[in-house]
Amino acid sequence: MRFGVVTFPGSNCDQDCVYVLRSVLGQDVDAVWHEDRSLDGLDAIVLPGGFAHGDYLRAGAIAARAPVMSAVGAFARAGGPVLGICNGFQVLLEAGLLPGAMLRNQGLRFRCLPVFLRVESTDTAWTKTLREGQVLQLPIAHGEGNYFAPEPLLATMEDEHQVVFRYCDADGRLASSANPNGSVRHIAGVCNPAGNVVGLMPHPERASESVLGSADGRLLFESVLSVLSTRRMSPAGALR
Amino acid sequence: MTDSTTPPVVDRDTRPLGGPTTLSPQAVGLTAGEGQEISRRLGRVPSPLEMRMFGVMWSEHCGYKHSKAALQILPSESPHLVRGPGENAGVLALGGGWAVAFKMESHNHPSAVDPFNGAATGVGGIIRDILAMGARPIALVDSLRFGPLDDPRSRRQAAGVVAGIAAYGNCVGIPTVAGELVVHSGYRGTPLVNVGCVGLVRVEEIAQSRASGPGNAVLLVGARTGRDGIGGAAFASTELDDASEREDRSSIQIGDPFAGKLLIEATLEAWRTGEVIALQDLGAAGLTCAVSEMAARGGVGITVDLAAVPLREEGMRAEEILLSESQERMLLVVRPDAAQRVVSIYHRWGLSATIVGEVGPDPVLSVRDHDRTPVSLPPYALAEAPVYRPAVREPETLRARWTIPSVPPADLTQALLTLLATPSIASKQGVYEQYDHMVQVRTVAVPGAADAAVLRLPELPPQGLALTCDGDGRLVALDPYRGARRAVAEASANLACVGAMPLGITDCLNFGSPEQPEVFWTFRQAVTGIADACRALRIPVVSGNVSFYNESPDGPIPPTPVITMVGVIADVSRTARIQFSADSFIVLVGPPATDLAASSFLHAVHGLDAGRPADVDFKVHQRVLSVVREAVTRGWVRSAHDCSDGGVAVALAECAILGGIGAEVTLPDTGRLEATWFGEAPSRFVVSGPAARLAEVQAFASTLGVPLHVVGSTGGKRLRLRTQASGPTRWTIDLSVETLLGAYAALGQTL
Repeated sequence: MRFGVVTFPGSNCDQDCVYVLRSVLGQDVDAVWHEDRSLDGLDAIVLPGGFAHGDYLRAGAIAARAPVMSAVGAFARAGGPVLGICNGFQVLLEAGLLPGAMLRNQGLRFRCLPVFLRVESTDTAWTKTLREGQVLQLPIAHGEGNYFAPEPLLATMEDEHQVVFRYCDADGRLASSANPNGSVRHIAGVCNPAGNVVGLMPHPERASESVLGSADGRLLFESVLSVLSTRRMSPAGALR
Repeated sequence: MTDSTTPPVVDRDTRPLGGPTTLSPQAVGLTAGEGQEISRRLGRVPSPLEMRMFGVMWSEHCGYKHSKAALQILPSESPHLVRGPGENAGVLALGGGWAVAFKMESHNHPSAVDPFNGAATGVGGIIRDILAMGARPIALVDSLRFGPLDDPRSRRQAAGVVAGIAAYGNCVGIPTVAGELVVHSGYRGTPLVNVGCVGLVRVEEIAQSRASGPGNAVLLVGARTGRDGIGGAAFASTELDDASEREDRSSIQIGDPFAGKLLIEATLEAWRTGEVIALQDLGAAGLTCAVSEMAARGGVGITVDLAAVPLREEGMRAEEILLSESQERMLLVVRPDAAQRVVSIYHRWGLSATIVGEVGPDPVLSVRDHDRTPVSLPPYALAEAPVYRPAVREPETLRARWTIPSVPPADLTQALLTLLATPSIASKQGVYEQYDHMVQVRTVAVPGAADAAVLRLPELPPQGLALTCDGDGRLVALDPYRGARRAVAEASANLACVGAMPLGITDCLNFGSPEQPEVFWTFRQAVTGIADACRALRIPVVSGNVSFYNESPDGPIPPTPVITMVGVIADVSRTARIQFSADSFIVLVGPPATDLAASSFLHAVHGLDAGRPADVDFKVHQRVLSVVREAVTRGWVRSAHDCSDGGVAVALAECAILGGIGAEVTLPDTGRLEATWFGEAPSRFVVSGPAARLAEVQAFASTLGVPLHVVGSTGGKRLRLRTQASGPTRWTIDLSVETLLGAYAALGQTL
């Protein structure tokens, strides 16, 4: 498959994503510049972590208006799989491709540490091959990861299976002590109603090789590869 | 652009804001003698603008005038050496066509006045030094010293510095992977912020900073030039007083990590075009330093046109443009026909890039300001500050402090808990968490998990790099020669624990005023100690930094040389961490501790900094290192931790806390019980591993004649310690791992 990894000027996890997709998963990867307007020939898009434009304004606010985001929007509407990691998640929120918003972490500090996530929905391109309730260990590294959405929207999202990951303890239990940033309902990742666009604060690319402490993150990339190859075999098939 | 045939005629700066027609050396922080030397070198009286440039270039911070001669004794020989001292950073070969560039620098003075911005720009500055070698920065380390944290000012400084390092490092995408944070009353008012950066570069792509090729264009790239940080180098060369926090604000640079990130990407891209001839970052003394050093190194001239410099605000005076320390700027020498291509790379990254000058054939540094030429002088005159050999005198009180006053016996259980809760020893988890230590997907051992940070090198699989920084002002204050040797030994011990062979060091030497003979004696002793220790370990000092005048109204800081050591790991999957695992033997490797001299125990329990620190026997040390390194790399052991602050008791407690697992340990008797558990002799390690491998460790230690004692095993949830004399049933210390953790977590979220 051919992945596109978008580089905004201040992206700093773009090369990490390229490395994992190319060297660990053996996929083709194209670098996509934030001023590009075409995503032709790409099977999936990754918006990586970083500080897209320094994030001196709200994280992702400027990047959401970059030329490439019109193309990402069109790609997503056509059912193409899109993954936003950390800052990439923030960009997808600011671009309106995912519901909700980010606040600064409770405690107002940047936090970098391994956390546990519970898979809440396997109804997405990036979690299709995972198990509901499965516990993954991935690292976070962010200062603005306190996910927020108003109650009515949260209710809709829960009904539509749009909560994809929640922070949990090692045994999969939800607890405020296991929630590193104060996110509402312990939400760590969400998807759009169609399930092809997923955003999460933890970094799957930093947990794709056991030498770095966890290989759980690789499961997300393997899921999308499985979905894409199935779809290739039956192009009419929906993603979920 | 100016032409290169500008005659060396000097126009006086006669604009109203330009001030008088001549300026005294004292007005720019120099001595009358230095003023005479300037006139001698120029053959005339310098213009006011020239005098200001000399003021910053001949400041201690830029000129190294007091330290240069003493530093000559540091060894730089190594079969791996690619670039040594005198460059923006040292470079050592790793094999396979790759090399590692590294350097450490202080940002003490700015951090005292504005902790957040001082620390942030310290990070930005050292990153540019690595970038100037054409290397991609892959890791940051930091060594911090503060006054007691119950003092609100010290706490504010510490929190601000940590936040500043986090803000810059996290945004720019370079992991902060190792460091130390030490609290001591001697740093009250004068915190130390030393930041190191490590970069990777292909040997054939190493950049250099010698300007060459008459007619070549000089490009100023990155951020625009503003009024921040004017005279920062001169400010860093004076003592701080209570008014500094209010009055020296304009000397502080403000960092923009986003611009720093853009500068890294654009500069590496520009460098790889092959069109850039020379690279230099703009740090202390800004454009003045960059231009004069590039020209001096290349033996050529450079003409700079001030009107071409992109400015943040209108009406900036010539001296402001020349002395501004605005961050995120670099100077490039580029062939004229390629200039536009290079400029367009920077524009693509949203940065400015402007031709501001030209290389000339004659060694003349000229500055054009519209129709005038207020500066025209030989570059070396500026770049080569005079060299002094300051007076030295052993401090009168030194030897008296080698006698340890008699102290009553302490409750050893309470002493262990007190030591674990001491800020210098306690867990820094709350600090590490604020740094992105995982970006770039190289980090195998995260901060605090092992004695040294471990980074994998996908460029050279399965190899890795190990990094550590160490220094102990308390030891150096008590015996500068031994204290400095101990710092080097400690760094090498940390590397051994992760299975790494030391490759080289960079040092950051923080001292008081070199004009005080006692301070300079201490400095020279410490430098000699570092030199001897590095010769014994056969590793070079490839780069470094000296920070003098670290004094506040309370007096000079404890003399604090900080050593950052880089090592190579043959296989990153074969390394060790601190934490115990279940069902392991525990052995103590190395000679025993027999006294409490200069120990953390005396400091934390009795409030004493006393006793002559034990010296390092490097012959023994090297053999002990071999045993530990071999045990780790062969997979005989699972954990390795050196006994440093707090002695073997604290080392064992840390292994237990991080593993969440207890241990029962019985040590041989070596004299006074307190010394056995808390003495800090060098070259000692606690290692643990599966019983099946114990014989191999013992056999190897025996062939090298290294003392090794099987002292216990892991298991349970309590740490139980005794000596052979205390009998088989009575434990000297018996604490639950949970209680130990409670003490160790004392810092919590304080910082």
